[in-house]
Amino acid sequence: MSPENNDFKREMLAALPSLRAFAMSLIGRHDRADDLVQDTIMKAWAKQDHFEMGTNMKAWLFTILRNELYSQMRKRGREVQDSDGHLTETLAHHPEQYGSLDLQDFRRALDKLPPDQREAIILVGASGFSYEEAATICGCALGTIKSRVNRARQRLQEILQVRGENDYGPDETSAPITSRAFVS
Amino acid sequence: MGKRPSGDDPNVQIAVKLKALYQSVQEEAIPARFLDLLEKLEAAERSVARGKE
Repeated sequence: MSPENNDFKREMLAALPSLRAFAMSLIGRHDRADDLVQDTIMKAWAKQDHFEMGTNMKAWLFTILRNELYSQMRKRGREVQDSDGHLTETLAHHPEQYGSLDLQDFRRALDKLPPDQREAIILVGASGFSYEEAATICGCALGTIKSRVNRARQRLQEILQVRGENDYGPDETSAPITSRAFVS
Repeated sequence: MGKRPSGDDPNVQIAVKLKALYQSVQEEAIPARFLDLLEKLEAAERSVARGKE
C-alpha cells in the first residue's frame, strides 16, 4: 500500500463536494449527476498514474467529468440536452432542492443555456476557477471562454427578465412564504 | 434579512443565484455510495498488490 495512494484518495474525497456541485449544476438532476460523478471517480482512479500529486486535483477531476459528460451526450444523441419535459421532471423530483422559487426560476434559466455557455459560467462564476483554468478544463482558448461567459450572462438576463414580466407580486406558492416573513 | 444583493445590477444578481445553487449541493454530505466506492477501489488495489508479493 503506497502512501501516495492514500493521498490520492484523500485529495479526491476533498474535491468530491465541489465535483458533485459541478455535475449537479450542469445536469440539474441528482440521480444523473451522481451517476456521472461515479463514472468520473472510476475513470480518475484508473488514470491515477497520470495525475501528478501537488497539481490541481479539482481541475483534473472537473476535466474528466466534463469530458465524460460530453462523450455520454454524444452517445445518447441529444437526449441529455435540455427539453422542457426533462426539466419538469427535475423539479417534480426534487422540489425541495432549490430552496426558494427564485432559485427554481434560476435553475430553469440555467438549463436553457447551450451546454458550452452553461459550463463556462459555472466554472468561472461558481466553481472559483480563473478564466485561464476554465479554458484548460474545457480545452478551448481563453477568448472562447470569455465570450461564452459573456453570452451566458446576457442570455440569463434575457430569460430572467422575460420571466419576471409575468411574475409581479406573490403568487399562490410564494404568498404564504412572504407573509410568514413578516410574522417571524 | 431581506437584504438584496447590491441593488439592480443584473450580473450581480445572476452571480449570487448561481453561487447559491452551487453551494446548496456543495454543502451536502458526501453520499455513502461514493465513500463505499472509494473503499472498494482501494481494497481491490490492495489485493492486487498483495497478489504480486
